[in-house]
Amino acid sequence: MKVAITSTGNSHDATLDSRFGRCSFFVVFDTETHATEFIPNPNQENIEGAGPASVQLVASRGVKKVVSGEFGAKVKSIFDSLQIQLVVLNDPEKKISEIIELLNHKN
Amino acid sequence: MPRPKRIRKMTNPPHFRGFKPIGLLEENSPVVLNYEEYEAIRLSDFELYGQVEAAQIMDVSRPTYARIYESARRKVAQAFVQGKAIVFEGGKVYFDSEWYSCNNCGCWFNHPAKDQEIKNCALCGSTNIKQYSDSSQQETTEDVCICPECGDEKEHRLEVPCQKEFCPKCNCQMTRKGAPHHHRIRNNNCKEI
Repeated sequence: MKVAITSTGNSHDATLDSRFGRCSFFVVFDTETHATEFIPNPNQENIEGAGPASVQLVASRGVKKVVSGEFGAKVKSIFDSLQIQLVVLNDPEKKISEIIELLNHKN
Repeated sequence: MPRPKRIRKMTNPPHFRGFKPIGLLEENSPVVLNYEEYEAIRLSDFELYGQVEAAQIMDVSRPTYARIYESARRKVAQAFVQGKAIVFEGGKVYFDSEWYSCNNCGCWFNHPAKDQEIKNCALCGSTNIKQYSDSSQQETTEDVCICPECGDEKEHRLEVPCQKEFCPKCNCQMTRKGAPHHHRIRNNNCKEI
C-alpha cells in the first residue's frame, strides 16, 4: 500500500509539512517495497485550488493513505469519494524518517 | 428556477439495502426510502433527538428536517399498509466519515471504508484508539482546580468550590479548569512575587 506524506524538504531528515495543498514535497512511501519517492509539489504557489490539484497528484500515484498536518475544506470530500484515508498528525517537528518508522511498525 | 437542495449530512448509513414483507405471494413495487429519510427516522425515533437537534446534525433547517421526516414516515406507513418492500436508495446526502484518534502517536485519522471495523491506528498500528465525537468533547470538562497564577492543578473536591481552594505554591485563589477566561482571573489573595 502506498502512503503519501507531506514534507518540507526532499530528504528523510525533513519535517512533516503541516499544510496539505501547499506543502513543498510529497513523499510517496510504499509499505511493501519500502521504496520512497519525493515529488515536488507543483501547486505550492497556486492562488486557488492547490488542495484539489494536490489530491489529483497523489491519487494518480495510487496512494491509499495521506499523512499531513492539516487538510483544507475542499479536500476532505474529494478524498472521501476516492476512498483515501486521511491521517492528521499535529506534530510539525516530526521527521519524515520517524513517520516512515511508525508506518513500518504495523507490519 | 428553484434554489438547489441543500446537501444533507449523514453520520450512519444503513449497512443493508432494505426490507421485504413476509408471506406475500406476489411482489409489489418497492417503496424507495432516500438515505436522508432513513437518517431522519434514525435520528428522531431511534436516537430520540428533538427536531431542532436532529436538523443541526443533518445540517439542514428545522422546517426542512420536518419535511424529510414527514415524507419518511409516509413512505414507511405506505409500505406497512400495502405490504411493499422498502429499498434504501438515493437522496442528496454526503457522508460524514468518522474520525478516530490514537492515544499512542497522537494522530487523527478517518475511516473511508465504512463496512470494515477499525481496530488499529492508521499510522503506528497501535490498538489504543478512540472514536472521536463532538458531544463527548464538550462533556469532558475535568474536575480539576487550577491556579490562575502558576497553573498548578489540584483535584477538585466535591462540595468545595474551586474558589475556596488555595494554591499550595503561591497561595492564590483557585478556579475551575476549563472555565472560560480562567487565565484572566487574578485576585488579591495572590502574593506578589
